[in-house]
Amino acid sequence: MNTTDINYSKTGKSRPPPANTVGLIGWVRTNLFNGLLNTCLTFISCYLLWLIIPPLLDWAIFNADFTGNVGRECTTDGACWAWLDQRIEQFLYGFYPAGSYWRVNLAILLLFPALAYVLFENLPFSNYGRWYSLAYPFLAAFLLVGGFGLEGITTDKFGGFMLNLVAGLSGIIFSLPIGILLALGRRSKLPAVRLLSVTFIEFIRGVPLITLLFVAIIILQLFLPPNVSVDQLVRVMIMITLFASAYMAEVIRGGLQAIPNGQYEAAQAMGLGYWQSMRLIILPQALKISIPGIVNTFIGLFKDTTLVIIIGLFDILGQARVLQTNPDWMGKVDHETYLLAAIFFFVICFSISRYSINLEKRLDTNRD
Amino acid sequence: MAEPKTSKSNVDQNVIEITALNKWFGNFHVLQDINLTVSQGEKIIICGPSGSGKSTLIRCINRLEEHQEGKVVVNGTELSHDLKDIDAVRSEVGMVFQSFNLFPHLTALDNCTLALIWVRKTPKADAEALAMEYLERVKIPEQAHKYPGQLSGGQQQRVAIARSLCMNPKIMLFDEPTSALDPEMIKEVLDTMIELAETGMTMLCVTHEMGFAKTIADRVIFMDEGRIVEENEPEKFFANPEHERTKLFLSQILAH
Ligand SMILES: Nc1ncnc2c1ncn2[C@@H]1O[C@H](COP(=O)(O)OP(=O)(O)OP(=O)(O)O)[C@@H](O)[C@H]1O
Ligand SMILES: [Mg+2]
Repeated sequence: MNTTDINYSKTGKSRPPPANTVGLIGWVRTNLFNGLLNTCLTFISCYLLWLIIPPLLDWAIFNADFTGNVGRECTTDGACWAWLDQRIEQFLYGFYPAGSYWRVNLAILLLFPALAYVLFENLPFSNYGRWYSLAYPFLAAFLLVGGFGLEGITTDKFGGFMLNLVAGLSGIIFSLPIGILLALGRRSKLPAVRLLSVTFIEFIRGVPLITLLFVAIIILQLFLPPNVSVDQLVRVMIMITLFASAYMAEVIRGGLQAIPNGQYEAAQAMGLGYWQSMRLIILPQALKISIPGIVNTFIGLFKDTTLVIIIGLFDILGQARVLQTNPDWMGKVDHETYLLAAIFFFVICFSISRYSINLEKRLDTNRD
Repeated sequence: MAEPKTSKSNVDQNVIEITALNKWFGNFHVLQDINLTVSQGEKIIICGPSGSGKSTLIRCINRLEEHQEGKVVVNGTELSHDLKDIDAVRSEVGMVFQSFNLFPHLTALDNCTLALIWVRKTPKADAEALAMEYLERVKIPEQAHKYPGQLSGGQQQRVAIARSLCMNPKIMLFDEPTSALDPEMIKEVLDTMIELAETGMTMLCVTHEMGFAKTIADRVIFMDEGRIVEENEPEKFFANPEHERTKLFLSQILAH
């Protein structure tokens, strides 16, 4: 070992970095025990984890009850998970007819390839895949609501986490393009377009979401002719989408402002039209810069879907409350049901966040 | 290009005709009574102190700036609010900027093929072959698949030149193409431009590289405070400038 080191330096060739700066030991040294303060913080963190994690695991798993038909049968001092057996389906599907759960499952299954073709490059058949992704929202709507031979299921049967997913995903799908158009509109040279965008954005942002939802549900009905009725869930989804779009527009406008004027000029000088230069040059860069803000908005939107409770639909949080007030389980499942809902939300939001970090790295063209 | 030439452009070899051009930024009269005629294949160097309107003048030629008075005719097309005319002119005029303005999210090659594919509707394979040809001409074919952020300033500027040339322009505009570069990179870009000049390209170049100007220029134009103060062949322009303002400017430029 020593001899090779000497040889390396004698011949002036490049040598590997010192052993204590690479690998696991190097990582631990630079990240955990780098200086006194850092070392103290490491120990304090370890101590806090030690305080929190073991009791939590004891409560949630090792001392928990998993069997029983009513809350009274949960006797240990751990968590009571006995309700999962009977109630998990309602947490997932709400009051969707049990015989049609497969339709929800299929819609979710079909979602993965649709997402994959949007999110990842270099997949096989990507030409067809993109079309499939575009068709997916309609396919999913057909599966969930029925029609064309499939038994119809009204949206008031939607519930549980499936409802959060439906509202959240449709919001995500539509708020990005609407946000982009609003952001471009706000920077437009045409005064009418600009005024319209600014008014829309400022109005929607200036009002609490819950107010918008009440407007959509109660006030809108006053203006619509009595025989016309727009599905309540659709109304709520539209409002959630518009609300997120307004924030999205401002996030993207920030990205647009970061693009130097030279990029617009170079595009113009090459003869690209407005939409071409936006699509090919400006937006790819602006959206890349805006990824953290866009993801922020997506996650916010996804969590806002719990507000469907105000139209009497029971999403996963609603189902938790239903169970908490059920005489059989009352007082036994408060923490458990919320924990389950939290885990569901966390998994989705955390995945979105991880994907966005991955995307940022992939789009970083300043290094290989 | 195998374009049918109109009889007009055969007789009239002036590719750019600027007459009585006036432009204001707000109340600021940035270009004042500019008259300039450029004939096919001519190389024109524009110099002058900072803020004299050099950039604004050449940006009026491809309508990156709008003028309020006068006439700008490029390749037989008068620039007006007509978007078709503007597109027609832009497809004949290439422009190279001081800050390169490459598209950072695209590789060098994609920077070159973008306009071919989307403006000229060239099939992708043909566009790439053509782009590689021009990247070879500016001597960086091996950088084709790198992103601008991975290239040196000189390399970036040469990609920018190749990108403009891909569109097979009749006229090339350069706005201080070397002033953002380190000295050792200036030469590689100037060499590229000299080679381009030798192919007979019509060039308008804002630059303070006087050696370069002497090498390629047919005419040197000196601007000050929005006017063309002096306009002459390079030998006469440098040897005995007529105006006091020009002398002062040249002495300052040559001093360092
Ligand atoms: N978009 C604009 N709005 C207002 N004023 C402008 C604008 N662009 C340029 N100007 C002004 O017009 C004048 C001429 O600018 P121009 O860029 O043409 O000068 P220049 O001769 O190219 O100078 P430099 O050598 O510094 O590039 C300057 O005083 C500048 O401040
Ligand atoms: Mg300038």
